[in-house]
Amino acid sequence: MKQRITDCFAKAKSEGRGAFVAYMTIGYPTLEKSEAAVETLISEGADIIELGVPFSDPFADGAVIRAAAYEALRQGVTLRDVIALAKRVRSRHPETGLVLFSYYNLLFANGLEKFADEAADAGIDAVLAVDLPLEERDELLAVLKPRGMSYVPLIAPNTPIERVKASAEGLENTFLYVITVKGITGARKELPKELSARLEEVRAAVKLPIAAGFGISSKEQADEICRHADGYIIGSALVKRFGAQS
Amino acid sequence: MNTTKHYGPYGGQYVAETLMGPLNELAAAYLEAKEDPEFQREFAALLKDYVGRESPITVCRRLSAKLGGATIALKREDLNHTGAHKVNNTIGQALLAKRMGKKRLIAETGAGMHGVATATVAALLGMPCEVYMGAIDVKRQAPNVERMKMLGATVHAIEEGSATLKDAMNEALRDWVTNCDDTFYVIGTAAGPYPYPEMVKDFQSVIGKEARRQCLEKFGRLPDQAIACVGGGSNAIGLFAGFMDDADVKLVGVEAAGKGLSTGEHAASINGGRLGVLHGAKTMLLQTADGNVIDTYSVSAGLDYPGVGPEHCHLHDTGRAEYSSITDDEAIAAFDDLCRYEGIIPALESSHALAEAIKRAPSLPKDTILLVCLSGRGDKDLENILAYKKSRSNM
Repeated sequence: MKQRITDCFAKAKSEGRGAFVAYMTIGYPTLEKSEAAVETLISEGADIIELGVPFSDPFADGAVIRAAAYEALRQGVTLRDVIALAKRVRSRHPETGLVLFSYYNLLFANGLEKFADEAADAGIDAVLAVDLPLEERDELLAVLKPRGMSYVPLIAPNTPIERVKASAEGLENTFLYVITVKGITGARKELPKELSARLEEVRAAVKLPIAAGFGISSKEQADEICRHADGYIIGSALVKRFGAQS
Repeated sequence: MNTTKHYGPYGGQYVAETLMGPLNELAAAYLEAKEDPEFQREFAALLKDYVGRESPITVCRRLSAKLGGATIALKREDLNHTGAHKVNNTIGQALLAKRMGKKRLIAETGAGMHGVATATVAALLGMPCEVYMGAIDVKRQAPNVERMKMLGATVHAIEEGSATLKDAMNEALRDWVTNCDDTFYVIGTAAGPYPYPEMVKDFQSVIGKEARRQCLEKFGRLPDQAIACVGGGSNAIGLFAGFMDDADVKLVGVEAAGKGLSTGEHAASINGGRLGVLHGAKTMLLQTADGNVIDTYSVSAGLDYPGVGPEHCHLHDTGRAEYSSITDDEAIAAFDDLCRYEGIIPALESSHALAEAIKRAPSLPKDTILLVCLSGRGDKDLENILAYKKSRSNM
């Protein structure tokens, strides 16, 4: 089994920095431009790319990512396109971590086995499903693990530490996505004061690396976070940036 | 105690991690309240003194005679305060919110009846209330929007997606995930993540329990069929709950076939969908080949939802209930019949259940009793129906 995600975090650590996890809604502003955006992000130092699959009902997302998803859907972009794009990115970047970031129904709709075969073939390292908590994830893990893929659990500000541990259990080659605020995706000027302590608490509870996301948009915020986490995730701010360039 | 999170392969808790804490808190509080006689007493007292229960059963004498077969009887949820069955559930959930110390109620609404019922109970209990409603529904159910505002609620028109109930529910979930510490999300139908399907069924089961007793009193026996419309399926599951163990009572759910199942323009999730995951539950879902949710269509805003309560999917699989579908045209014809033969103006949603009974009655013997849940009254639909008829007469 490849350990790309583990390696990405190890490499960042050896360089004395936090890993940069970059999210892009694939298909926005167009399929081609989102692929170019991924290339730009990798050239700018992104260690891991989260490939966002557009969904008709993005109930966990803020306005920026929702608008991007609707536009991508309008252009007919599907999971199949995202996986095909992942395969091309993989062929050019053998070491970049690739996480498929989706709502669960898109993975489930045509059969989990079929999805997992295609994702593994494309060189995707791990999957994150926004609406698939610990209680429901086993059926997805059952198709990911045999194919050498992992899962990225979300940890919320109100997730108890015992549950954090349970979420990390049995997973390798992944990280915990620690949500900074209760709410939806989207850039925020200020992050909660208690965040540093929360990150330390989560980090101390698990062996897996942790990365913080939701609301992070500036270099300063990322630097502050990386004093308490192994990496940071930027989403909406990047989607906005590449959308504005079009 | 029944603490089912799943109904066969359906149900579950497919939500963002941030909502797992609030859902667990809700489930624990609900199970505790369910066993608390004081809570049940308070709930029952409001249903009696505020909603005006029990609601009567009306036999449709002229309509049944015209059809020349089975006897159609109506469970009159339209006579409840606020004009629909929705208030049974909002009272239960709002009492629970108060008990949990929540300060604010939010709700999604399609036809607006659940929004009105939530705004009503928010006023009764002195809690602020915000209602999310698709922009298309805001337009086609304008009187209910005014009613909600009159009752002190804030109504948010949701312009994105298909601008109907599913998008309203998406926005309500976004609100809840952001404000879950002090906010109670009052879901209006028997869908969503556990414990909502179970909780909504329990609060709505008053429909079926009353109806069962009333049938025994009135007819000296149980009905042969219990028929209710199914969007998310709250009035249906409430009616069915009263007869679940009576194997001889056929349970019939009626979905919205819109312009016809073959046209693709409908909202019949069980008849026309396939297994999927939306709004917290595995359910039969109207979706594209890729797994995106389809824009549903029905003349009735309250049935215009791409998923359906998970227990209905399971009852369909096990055969305990059957699920048919009724087109816009059939529902409107049933609406006209009830107005003219019985002097009752039914909601378009309920007209679907009635249409199914009208379809079945002629071929059944006279001593057959078809009990239809008349889930709401039709005042809110008048403008809509006039527009529909005008468009048909121009064709």
